[in-house]
Amino acid sequence: MNAPAAGTNSLRNQPDERGHFGAFGGRYVAETLMPLILELEREYARAKADPAFAAQFDDLLEHYVGRPSPLYFAPRLTGELGGAQVWFKRDELNHTGAHKINNCVGQILLAMRMGKTRIIAETGAGQHGVATATVCARFGLPCVVYMGATDVERQQPNVFRMKLLGAEVVPVTSGAATLKDAMNEALRDWVAHVHDTFYIIGTAAGPHPYPELVRDFQSVIGKEARAQMLARTGRLPDLLVAAIGGGSNAIGLFHPFLDDPVRMLGVEAAGHGLDKQHAASLAGGRPGILHGNKTYLLQDEDGQITEAHSISAGLDYPGIGPEHAWLKEIGRVEYTSATDTEALAAFQLLCRTEGIIPALEPSHAIAAVRRIAPTMGKDQIILANLCGRGDKDIFTVAKALGAEL
Amino acid sequence: MSRLASAFAKPHPALVTFVTAGDGDTAAILDALVAGGADVIELGMPFTDPMADGPAIQAANLRALGAGTTTADIFRIAAGFRARHATPLVLMGYANPMLARGSDWFAQQCAKAGVDGVICVDIPPEEDGDLGPALRARGIALIRLATPTSDAARLPAILEGSSGFLYYVSVAGITGKQQAVQASIEEAVARLKAATALPVAVGFGVRHPEQAAAIARVADGVVVGSALVELVAQHGAEAAGPVRALTAALAQAVHRARAHA
Repeated sequence: MNAPAAGTNSLRNQPDERGHFGAFGGRYVAETLMPLILELEREYARAKADPAFAAQFDDLLEHYVGRPSPLYFAPRLTGELGGAQVWFKRDELNHTGAHKINNCVGQILLAMRMGKTRIIAETGAGQHGVATATVCARFGLPCVVYMGATDVERQQPNVFRMKLLGAEVVPVTSGAATLKDAMNEALRDWVAHVHDTFYIIGTAAGPHPYPELVRDFQSVIGKEARAQMLARTGRLPDLLVAAIGGGSNAIGLFHPFLDDPVRMLGVEAAGHGLDKQHAASLAGGRPGILHGNKTYLLQDEDGQITEAHSISAGLDYPGIGPEHAWLKEIGRVEYTSATDTEALAAFQLLCRTEGIIPALEPSHAIAAVRRIAPTMGKDQIILANLCGRGDKDIFTVAKALGAEL
Repeated sequence: MSRLASAFAKPHPALVTFVTAGDGDTAAILDALVAGGADVIELGMPFTDPMADGPAIQAANLRALGAGTTTADIFRIAAGFRARHATPLVLMGYANPMLARGSDWFAQQCAKAGVDGVICVDIPPEEDGDLGPALRARGIALIRLATPTSDAARLPAILEGSSGFLYYVSVAGITGKQQAVQASIEEAVARLKAATALPVAVGFGVRHPEQAAAIARVADGVVVGSALVELVAQHGAEAAGPVRALTAALAQAVHRARAHA
């Protein structure tokens, strides 16, 4: 849906035909799943070439999700930081409150195209689970969401939302009972229900073709933002900023700009600090294989996966999408991180200066904007992705700030 | 003849047993498997994220890691076993621990420890550019999995570069859960044996001697894992005795399966 003509010298041509982004990506799955993965790849290629598929996707994004999302200049935040102009892509205004729904709409259309009658998904904070439950309700398909038991405890409002939407939420008690264990359990379900079940993966990771198709569905963010910025200012931004857990909102914003003279900055979650427990797999991890792809992972010297930590449950994952691993290696995108404390401060800053309560995930991007904007000229433009709204995080933030609700 | 080839050249079907390294007194448990009559032993390399395994082996992985088991420990266990026994030993596990120091390092350690084969659950033929060649260069078998979803179009890719034996995963699912229908196993084994000269061993969901015997009538080998791992969970440091008893019952059933047929 987004690829330039083959053979052009473009950074937007990845992955290769085997699903590799340079040394990363691929299809590291159990043999039982291989025929399905290959079938999904063939069907996605057909869907991409089918104008009716694109038309249905676009129609749902416009009338169900509420796209295009606004591009917003943040005047008081810009004034407070005293440097570059700060603009936001307002994907927090989407139906269900985050960018996750873009991908879920695309994947459920693909699932129905493939004749699948049952949907499964993993979720950490519950945003992807809610978005998946939403599209399942919209199309009348049964939905099972795997969620770490620890996350079920700390994200009760989203668990209730999913149930209201008709989904079955299965608490996962294996391993550390968080997002990566939920993904393990979803893979176990999939391998046991290969014929009728479609797995809607929530981020631009997993076995090929998931990183590609999730990116393509999320690229609506960057395509809209690029056109909106050109229409509003007559120019491209100087810097794009987005938070990264698995990296789907970031790759969705970045990808349409990859061939433009625009700097890009991905912001990982530094948790308690990079020398302590964190979720910054590019800064603190090394390449390995997990959940179907080769990418940067938090792991020990024996290749055992280590637990991530972030105040933001949506960034609390020990890996990252393979295209980000590649973009880091070739130096096209810069990556930095923000701690829990910095994200909390940025969260409050946006509330006070713009009247927008952001989710804790984009609060990490805002923290980076706060550091960088003052070092840039007033004629320069930063475009950050506000990928989710903060209603779901009120309890977490209250607790972190010592407030009683 | 390699140790693996010899095991499958015996006049009876082979009993293949699986236990997780570092779960309980592994050396004693391995000795019990040999004493009970196992023909091939799969030694599981524990991983934090065993996404193809059911609850029993997941728990064994966590117990092993919780006890501090490292990759170096696993190779020490393997080398110790090789010093005591001639039974073929196969390492089974996931890509990330195997490749953490590179394919060459891993293959070299396998060779040094007397490991005969490797089963890597999450490296399909499409991604096997490094591990397979590194193992083959040192004479170590790369054992691949065929599954109920491996159709005629898929099978050639699986067989290309696979050696030792072919492991038929008889159910689309995870380890230790449901059992496949005998008729479907017979059909699948016949199909696989028509496509390869490699011995075919059948596993996933095999727990009892009667089941094992039924499979042994048609297959070259029968794999039992979760039932043994559950004994280790139940008996802890005292697991060797019960493990030996179940292995002996399984071995008797498998070894005599065709005599009774």
